[in-house]
Amino acid sequence: MTDYGSMVFVFVLATFIGLGVIRRVSRLLYTPLMSLTNAISAIAVVGSIVVAGADYPTTIRVIGAVALFASMTNIVSGFLITDRMLKMFKKQ
Amino acid sequence: MIHAIAQAAAVLATALFIFSLHWMNDPKTARHGVVAGVTGMVIAVGATWIQPEIVHHGWIGLAIVAGFIVGVPLSLVPLTAVPQRTALSHAFGGLAAGLVGSAEYVLGLTENPAQLTTFRTSAIVAEVILGFLTFTGSLMAAGKLQEVKWIPQRPVTYPGQNVVNIGVLALAVALGVLVVLHPAAPWSGQAFYAIVGLAVLFGVLLIIPIGGADMPTVISILNSYAGLSAVAMGFVLNNKLLVTAGALDGSSGLILSIIMCRAMNRSFTNVLFGAFGTVQKTVAIGEQKAWKQETVEGAAQLLEQANLVVVIPGYGMAVAQAQHKVRELYDQLTKRGITVKFAIHPVAGRMPGHMNVLLAEANIPYTALVEMDEINPDMPQCDVALVIGANDVVNPAARYAKGSPIYGMPIIDADKAKTVLAIKRSKNPGFAGIDNELYVQDNTWMLFGDAKAVIGDLVKQLAGGSGLH
Repeated sequence: MTDYGSMVFVFVLATFIGLGVIRRVSRLLYTPLMSLTNAISAIAVVGSIVVAGADYPTTIRVIGAVALFASMTNIVSGFLITDRMLKMFKKQ
Repeated sequence: MIHAIAQAAAVLATALFIFSLHWMNDPKTARHGVVAGVTGMVIAVGATWIQPEIVHHGWIGLAIVAGFIVGVPLSLVPLTAVPQRTALSHAFGGLAAGLVGSAEYVLGLTENPAQLTTFRTSAIVAEVILGFLTFTGSLMAAGKLQEVKWIPQRPVTYPGQNVVNIGVLALAVALGVLVVLHPAAPWSGQAFYAIVGLAVLFGVLLIIPIGGADMPTVISILNSYAGLSAVAMGFVLNNKLLVTAGALDGSSGLILSIIMCRAMNRSFTNVLFGAFGTVQKTVAIGEQKAWKQETVEGAAQLLEQANLVVVIPGYGMAVAQAQHKVRELYDQLTKRGITVKFAIHPVAGRMPGHMNVLLAEANIPYTALVEMDEINPDMPQCDVALVIGANDVVNPAARYAKGSPIYGMPIIDADKAKTVLAIKRSKNPGFAGIDNELYVQDNTWMLFGDAKAVIGDLVKQLAGGSGLH
């Protein structure tokens, strides 16, 4: 059975780590930061993979596949555009 | 064994994601962040895909390919369009969460009602409400930013708007509570679909009253919601990696929202329920003073004689696509030994950090980009403050005009510079509809016209002056 306590625990700790790390992010890079965190949170793709690929009724799997497509789009475009923007930041 | 691989992969991916964000603290290391992020993602996806319960591989492959087909062009949009791409990706994130939540609920309802425990059903309801409101809200925001015809650009307000909005959300939450209490009653399915419908509706209603100047804040808030919906999905699927990644995204959105709100001296609720564009023209400047117009030749001369020039760009620079001409101007001035700095207001542009990206694209070194708080003490030493398409962020009324919508908003002290040159497209007031007394100050000279054309003329004048004479 799911251990809800430890899930909430992980959430709280991860939020604090997030606040700590994000606070130090260079102000120059807020736009790429947003596209990067976007791509990272598209890790939701792992949930969609299970819904789309497990032995479920077809309707469920169709929904899963659409969700998978949406997350995958975010992963691909998120990482690519982040890198594209970061390449432009030059010192001289 | 294979389950242990999945767990190890999740730990590894979590660490990589945290490093990825950590490296964003400096433009020098930032690109490592992308490598770490991609590596973490590939590990996590691979470890999930090889799990024994995954039996239908074709659909997964197909969806991944489709993601590439849509994702690659989306990553190549012009940088002026990055805010709408970002809003669109929040929409996709919300959609994915909403859909997975719905699928999990329907699965529980039809196959195994025992799975719909109180905790899990609560998480599903939260995931679906957050997911679908982020979906439609972000689509609306993207539409407004892209200036899609049938989405009104100006804030749309009507009497009782906040009552309606809060009512819709409250109804969704109330139905959610009912579904949590009776997850498998005969009517629960219908109630669940009603929640989805209300969340979809709420997302639209939430964004309708919001105007362009509030977009940096709204995008940040939607970013936070998208992250939280991923966290809720993690609770539903009992997946710690998802909870962690969602929490990182959510806290990033939260911090950015706070920074944006502070930069406008407004609260979250004020942004979401305040309808910026409607409170306007309450304050007029005591007496209407006249503009003083400057010629390109005169402006070029002023710039040439300066030691320190501070450029203050606003969204108008991006609209006019003037950033490359600005770079040429930067070259002309630095060639003469003049120090040129760019003063960046946190809410300049349409999303956090937007101006920095646009200027970096034009090859302006990031060392010349200076935050508002750092540049303001230097403004009295500044010989020429060149305002390009910025308005409210340099309006001195923010300091004292109580009742003005921008009252209390921190501004860049352009008015303290020895001379101000302001490039403005028209003689109309700015977005918030407020007169800007900076333009009628004794030491301010106006250059009317399209920013790109005006700066192009300045560059020609400066190049001609040094070359031919």
